Amino acid sequence: MTNGWIDIKNTDMMLIMGGNPAENHPCGFKWPIEAKRVRNAKMIVVDPRFTRTASVADHFVQIRAGSDIAFLGGIVNYALQNNRINKEYVVNYTNAALIVQEGFKLPDNIDGVFSGYDPVAMTYKNASWNYEEGGDLTPKGAVPIAAVASTLVKPPAAKPAAGAAHAAPAAKPAKMAKPVAKPAAGATPPAIIASLPANTAYDLSLTHPRCVYQLLKQHFSRYTPEMVASITGAKADAFTKAADMYTSVRKDGDTKKVGTIIYSVGWTQHTVGAQIIRTAAIIQLLLGNVGRAGGGVNALRGHSNIQGATDMAGIWDNLPGYLKVPVPADTTLDAYLARITLKSAKPKEWDSFNYWSNTPKFAVSLLKALYGDKATPENEFAFHYLPKADRKYSWVEIWDGMYNGKVKGLMAWGMNGVAIGPNSQKNIDALKKADWLVVCDIYPEETSSFWEMSKEDEQKKIMTSVYRLPGAGFAEKDGTFVNSARWLKWKYAALPTPGDAKLDHEILARIFLKVQELYKKEGGKFPDPILNVSWAYNNRNVPSFTEMAKEINGKALADLKDANTGQEIKTGQQVPGFAWLKDDGSTSCANWLYAGSWTEAGSQAQRRGLDDPGGLGTYPSYAWSWPANRRVLYNRASCNIDGKPWDPDRRQVWWNDGTQRWAGNDVPDIKVDAHPKDHMGPFIMTPEGMGRLFVPLGGMADGPFPEHYEPMESPTDNLFHPKQANNPVVKKYKTDKDKYAVTGSKGGEFDVVCTTYRLTEHYHYWTKNNPANVQLVPEPFIEISEDMANDRGIKGGDKLKVSSARGEYYGKAMVTKRIKSLMINNKKVYPIGIPIHWAYKGIREDKEDKATSLNLRPLNNLSPVAIDPNAYTPEFKGFLVKVEKA
Amino acid sequence: MANDNLQIKAISAHPGAVASGASPESSYEVCKLIDTTTCIGCKACEVACLEWNGYEFRETTFDNTYQTMPDTEWNYWNLIRFSEREKDDGTGLEWLMRKDQCMHCADPGCLAACPADGAIVQYENGIVDFNQEHCIGCQYCVTGCPFNIPRLNPSTKTVFKCSLCSDRVGAGLEPACVKSCPTGCLHFGSKEDMKFEAEKRSKQLQANGFPDAGVYDPAGVGGTHVIYVLHDAKNPEKYSGLPKNPTIPIMVTLWKHPLKWLGNIGMIFGIAGVLTHYLRVGPKDVKQEAKR
Repeated sequence: MTNGWIDIKNTDMMLIMGGNPAENHPCGFKWPIEAKRVRNAKMIVVDPRFTRTASVADHFVQIRAGSDIAFLGGIVNYALQNNRINKEYVVNYTNAALIVQEGFKLPDNIDGVFSGYDPVAMTYKNASWNYEEGGDLTPKGAVPIAAVASTLVKPPAAKPAAGAAHAAPAAKPAKMAKPVAKPAAGATPPAIIASLPANTAYDLSLTHPRCVYQLLKQHFSRYTPEMVASITGAKADAFTKAADMYTSVRKDGDTKKVGTIIYSVGWTQHTVGAQIIRTAAIIQLLLGNVGRAGGGVNALRGHSNIQGATDMAGIWDNLPGYLKVPVPADTTLDAYLARITLKSAKPKEWDSFNYWSNTPKFAVSLLKALYGDKATPENEFAFHYLPKADRKYSWVEIWDGMYNGKVKGLMAWGMNGVAIGPNSQKNIDALKKADWLVVCDIYPEETSSFWEMSKEDEQKKIMTSVYRLPGAGFAEKDGTFVNSARWLKWKYAALPTPGDAKLDHEILARIFLKVQELYKKEGGKFPDPILNVSWAYNNRNVPSFTEMAKEINGKALADLKDANTGQEIKTGQQVPGFAWLKDDGSTSCANWLYAGSWTEAGSQAQRRGLDDPGGLGTYPSYAWSWPANRRVLYNRASCNIDGKPWDPDRRQVWWNDGTQRWAGNDVPDIKVDAHPKDHMGPFIMTPEGMGRLFVPLGGMADGPFPEHYEPMESPTDNLFHPKQANNPVVKKYKTDKDKYAVTGSKGGEFDVVCTTYRLTEHYHYWTKNNPANVQLVPEPFIEISEDMANDRGIKGGDKLKVSSARGEYYGKAMVTKRIKSLMINNKKVYPIGIPIHWAYKGIREDKEDKATSLNLRPLNNLSPVAIDPNAYTPEFKGFLVKVEKA
Repeated sequence: MANDNLQIKAISAHPGAVASGASPESSYEVCKLIDTTTCIGCKACEVACLEWNGYEFRETTFDNTYQTMPDTEWNYWNLIRFSEREKDDGTGLEWLMRKDQCMHCADPGCLAACPADGAIVQYENGIVDFNQEHCIGCQYCVTGCPFNIPRLNPSTKTVFKCSLCSDRVGAGLEPACVKSCPTGCLHFGSKEDMKFEAEKRSKQLQANGFPDAGVYDPAGVGGTHVIYVLHDAKNPEKYSGLPKNPTIPIMVTLWKHPLKWLGNIGMIFGIAGVLTHYLRVGPKDVKQEAKR
């Protein structure tokens, strides 16, 4: 979340789409309710079915799963056509005024793809997705946004920040002096290295035909209410009502009101998932809602600590703190740092903090945390101990690799890989080919019982050795949870682990130490990374959570002094924040974002202060929020260009003329002494300092603007461009298990659009082991519309068989008014919805007769392995099935 | 299970004075406010109710609904009733979720109907509590209840219902359901405060697209100590059969007041026979009607 849970109470308008917080985040949902109760905020819910969230909404629109970009693109178009934007914000805080190179082309001009598409390799050469060099191209005599132009007179350079939450960006990282090594032959470094122009061309009047604003307007002008209706199945007037309601916060030039967009995996689990979220970001940037209390783009994370997992490198291409994983082309540390360190790129009249310019400090401090004394300047801080990712090691690649016999073993922690899918049967068959499988869990779940999905005689042929390790449940562990609001909150174990169960990290530590012992004894191809890892814990078998949390925060390895404030910290002391991190090996820090969470003052995550200066629910001394205890990201944008809050009643931060600094009830997200006249962009993590309506170069794999592409399996042709139905760079797989339905107007037997979701009564696949949850919703069901039921002669409670090109699923019919058939491209389409929770292990499942138990299949038997090229998330929503009575 | 921490106001079929528990200062009328407009049907209250009262989870069967089971049971006092319907004005769907449990009437039909001394008590704070030790299993309370709440435990032949967590309230805590509610759709406090909150919320709803919003605190039973905010207070029936004008059945009223006096002078026997027959057969099958 750019904002936080409590902050939702400050909103005037909510668009909840791609998420169902009432059911999946019921505790957090108190804040949307609070906004309704206290502020009369309005709630719009857009979903493939009428959910329990929709039951308390002011306006509900049903859409077809997988048509989100069409709907949101329609809102972008509506906002632009009806002037429901914050123009001062758009011109100054986004890249709307920047001018794009001449070679760039929109998909409307070339059969549904952006310029640079290579149809054979199914990739983009994105060189044309770039700005033009040239500075101010505002037409003379044109009246730009007057206030804006006046600020673009640069005052004398400000003094460097002192005592700021942010480090002053290094003018030039010290280690950059050495020549950058050439990339290794055959390996292509990611395209982000192609540079942005040093002095970007811009037009403050926003009239230049190639300025981002005009391109955006042209691109989304195709998303008319009629087009939206035909693609999504929503009624045009229901769409327009939603667009009008949401953008009404900018009606008649109002800049005080604010709207929030709330989503969850209903947006990410598509082949265009990342671009759906991009479209939401575009809406929020146009309306000027990002950075503001009650605004933002807010991802609700689906597990209690999934934010923490992501922050700590839960994604294969990230190291902790979202540093990029090295690739083979990174032949030296300097080459690696040069590749991943963004360089400021902006018009010369603008200023850009470009916070990622500090990347070398974060990366070297991470290496010091990983390898301690063994990370020295001489060995490039042990950079070569890090694995270099030669291909995309994402979730589905692991299973594909195992299915193809390349991956021989799997250690599964904190997940149930077979049930999670996609294409569960492929995963089950993959495990049959593996040599070994280790599962650490609190129940005997589907993955460690994968053979049960085979007939008895087949079971005898499975040779995989399976080890089950009893892990600890969440209530049996101390440590932090990082919630969706980015808070690190310390929690305390409520119970000891039962029986032989052990804390998961103890199990991992013991395995690691055994492996280390083997390397010590027997050597190996490259033992150094294993032998030299820093393992300075009191109890090597059971590192304490305190030790680990302190290690993550980081400490000084030499006496350090802040040149501006004179503040000193001594060797061995915890660093107070990431501004102290150094790229010369004098600090260690396992995740720069968490620096400041465990300081010399102790664990900040254990704080429970209830002071709330400003009354916006900021609670700065309750737990600790990354980064730098800042509760709302990009909060500089909560003020106008003069540094005054858009809404004086919701004051977060502001420019204090007396002290010549930013001040506020939250930690200002800007260089603390950056005078508003410096025109430093509030989006300090982009090289431009601006919110990106247009994402240049390699920021997105599939286009600088979002475009509606059909799901991998869709009941309709792409109405914008039939020749390019799907995401042009979507990733599909080629094994015999990876079948995809014929789709669009050529489609055949699979003609029902299926979406998948969780219920409030269950938590993924493990609450079927808990009698309370089983009682509330006992068995699998399939939600279908009344007219589909009539059409096919199905009654509520009838047993149904749902099949896709890949597999089958069984459950009882729930005939409901809450899902309705949709008119898509003048064709009636039946949508259905199925909760994910059931498969073959659980209280009820264990009692099933063996003869019928093979019908207790994971729902993800149905879903395809089709991957979003940006985030590598499979398309669990909006694939095709057929439905029959079983 | 009479609670010593609470001051008793009335006792079923009790001759003479009512022995008091706590001091009058600690007693004020309590109330649970259920704002159906912010209920999300998560059922946390159902689980909390079972866990606090020590009842076991049970096997259920899928029944084409999100509702846990068709009806409350003697050991399942709290059930969210789900009702999906097209709005009367044709503007779309409404999915109504109503937490159903004992309403704790100011004028409790169960207590009026109960012939067993001490089986039902009403505290000064408004809570109506069953005391199974004294229950004779006649189920007159079932007939006396306009909300169809009391349920017979067939093995012990005694009747059970929601106690508004009189044990927790007596110890200064809120009921378990209120504590578990994640959205704050459940509130607990003095009747006066809850009524104020409910009216305030209703007015807000009236000004925001729900002109018929209102508070459900039916006068026919003297008001209740569980009150609802409804989006449409004019049609409470659409919330899975919440009665519009609940009253104590006339025969129960007659029996407990003028006829009770007649009985005292020895003329009751014949009439009681007639009434007993009536009460056993019942004026209507409320249970049937309550099914969605």
